[in-house]
Amino acid sequence: MNHWSFIIAAYGLTALGTVGVVVWSYMDMRRAEKAVADLEKRR
Amino acid sequence: MHAYANPARFLKIARPLTPVCVSLGLLLVLLGSYVGLFVSPPDYLQGDTVRIMYIHVPAAWLGMAGWTGIAIASIVQLVWRHPLAGVAARAIAAPGALFTAICLITGSIWGRPTWGTWWEWDGRMTSMLVLLFLYFGYMALANASDERTTVSRATAIFGIVGAVNIPIINRSVVWWNSLHQGPSITLRGSSISSEILWPLLPTVVGFSLLFGGIVLMRMRANLADAKVEARMRRMAAS
Repeated sequence: MNHWSFIIAAYGLTALGTVGVVVWSYMDMRRAEKAVADLEKRR
Repeated sequence: MHAYANPARFLKIARPLTPVCVSLGLLLVLLGSYVGLFVSPPDYLQGDTVRIMYIHVPAAWLGMAGWTGIAIASIVQLVWRHPLAGVAARAIAAPGALFTAICLITGSIWGRPTWGTWWEWDGRMTSMLVLLFLYFGYMALANASDERTTVSRATAIFGIVGAVNIPIINRSVVWWNSLHQGPSITLRGSSISSEILWPLLPTVVGFSLLFGGIVLMRMRANLADAKVEARMRRMAAS
């Protein structure tokens, strides 16, 4: 049994999940903080 | 603790801390993964599959640490009514669920070549799966309310009661027969060879920093959303 296919699958899924949540959290934070900045500019 | 009860004071610290946590975390994860994949030796019994440990162990630690964080934040919210406790608990839930899922998936992938099965309904795997369902339940309860800067009393109590699963996960391999190995890293030392063990340190610290960075970003997003909602409400009233 080739172990490397299991290792690549484990690392690939971890990278996908971690990067996905980091990017999602970053975009959500940018959107929310931009909304605050836009609102303050309007005042 | 109440010195940081003011969201403005919290944001003053969180803004510079977020990129530091994310970039340093990514760097350490990449370094630890590189060493774990290409430099450290294979295990004499498991062969190369032992390399999955460098992502599986940090994921397990963060899944459990995440719920411990939710339980502590829930106590702080209920007892001291700290205004950021609910924001923190809410922000921890999604990355906590992610790392619990990563722990289960990488454990299953590791189990197939090592044990000959993807899954076994033993104490460790079942209690970890229960933790994932607890996270889903917590997120559903927290999102049932429109309030972004706190969680309901019922959600906070759920966060505290759910913490009973954490010592069960920790002791499961001691209390019940399991395919999963017993505790190999304890306060008394480690049964793992040091040349295999050391790359675990950068990945554990790196994933923990990434987790912290994600929590800070989600707290900042929730605080900003709450600020916009409050301002809109005031504008609509006037």
